[in-house]
Amino acid sequence: MNAFAAIIVRDVALAFRAGGGALQAASFFALTIVLFALAIGPDLTLMQRIAAPALWTGALLATQISLEQIYRPDREDGSLDVLVETSDTLAFVALAKAAGHWLSTGLVLIAATPVLALLLNISGAALVPLILSLLIGTPGLSLIGAFAGALTAALPRAGLLIAIIVSPLYAPILIFGAGAAAAGAAGDPQYSANLMLLGASSLFAAVISPLASAAALRFNLD
Amino acid sequence: MANNAVKRTSLYDFANPVRFEAIAGRVFPFALFGALTLGALGLYFGLFNSPADYQQGDTVRIMYVHVPAAWMALFCYSSMAASSAAGFIWKHPLADVAAKETAPIGAGFTFLALLTGSLWGKPMWGAWWAWDARLTSVLILFFLYLGYMALWRAIPDKTRAARLAAILAIVGFVNVPIIKFSVDWWNSLHQPASIIRADGPTIHSSMLTPLFLMISAYMLAYIAMLLAAMRNEMMARRLARLEDADAVRPASVVEPGAVRT
Repeated sequence: MNAFAAIIVRDVALAFRAGGGALQAASFFALTIVLFALAIGPDLTLMQRIAAPALWTGALLATQISLEQIYRPDREDGSLDVLVETSDTLAFVALAKAAGHWLSTGLVLIAATPVLALLLNISGAALVPLILSLLIGTPGLSLIGAFAGALTAALPRAGLLIAIIVSPLYAPILIFGAGAAAAGAAGDPQYSANLMLLGASSLFAAVISPLASAAALRFNLD
Repeated sequence: MANNAVKRTSLYDFANPVRFEAIAGRVFPFALFGALTLGALGLYFGLFNSPADYQQGDTVRIMYVHVPAAWMALFCYSSMAASSAAGFIWKHPLADVAAKETAPIGAGFTFLALLTGSLWGKPMWGAWWAWDARLTSVLILFFLYLGYMALWRAIPDKTRAARLAAILAIVGFVNVPIIKFSVDWWNSLHQPASIIRADGPTIHSSMLTPLFLMISAYMLAYIAMLLAAMRNEMMARRLARLEDADAVRPASVVEPGAVRT
């Protein structure tokens, strides 16, 4: 369990230092929202209506572009070999890597959400369900994404491939996440059902992703 | 015991590439012939010898092309995942090749289902595309196929590509029911249930006959295409090995006295 924490601390530290992807993902998130707003025009009522889906999509895309950074640098500098050789259970390493990614990307995106939500004229009542749905859903995004990162760890330019692989698998989380945010804002009783299904999706990913990532990592060593 | 000398056929015999080649060569013409005959019969019954729907008129005939394609889309994904699992567990190259070659065929059936669904949607819904739960989940299935094929193409080493693509196919297969469920849920949340459903009352036997013929034809077509594609792939691999061997020889063996100009 010590190694588990050490991997998380290392990955978070790397992500926040120079050249790390944490703040880049947040900037990308902000820029997608700005570009989106520019595209729909300054109609505040329309913006309010589509704020939650737009923020969810933006967070998902920002997660996607950071996935390549989970395993590829480790494979290039050889630390992935060390991780695979020294770990008792590779699935725990994969879980720690996904957790590190969530702390350095998912959590940062959630921290940026209230400001961006203000820009999109979201109401105070809608903000809490949105943040809650992101808190429950983004770990799932990191977990499934880490699996795609593990699959493509040995490929030099995997960014687009990762997006193609991971997008269909993200569909349930996006549906339940954006659904929960919308239902919560409208005071719909389906709010809690959506949140629970979202939590179920994330938990399911927490089981499948480390096992599948561990299997993929073994085949990506030289 | 004399009986021990009698050779028993097991599944492993079919897994032998040389045997596979021989069996595939013999089965292929039958599968192709069956697919064409049953397909022609099915189309005849479907297009000319079955009643038009009382609500949808002749457009209901799109069903005979559309529904079997949608079934095959799911069937091919399942068989791809099953071959992937077999290839992953027993590390058998034939299973890997079967999984790899099923993907484009399955994607083709999926595309056919989407295309005919869209053509059906135009007169029924008044739009080429409605975000109907079934159409949407089939569309996502199509992208799952594309992701699998893209991964195969991206990894140059065939053995590694087979293992990694197998993992992706299995993970995708596990996720298919969840995606289907989430899209159903999404659809019921976002869309008024005003769509005229294609499947109204229970289906009459005059419609069932062509449907059954068509699904058999599609299945045989899948077998024929898969066998042909697998033989092609194995020949291509053998050719690549021979070319590699050829490319090495002239460099290492230099004939004495040969004059190069």
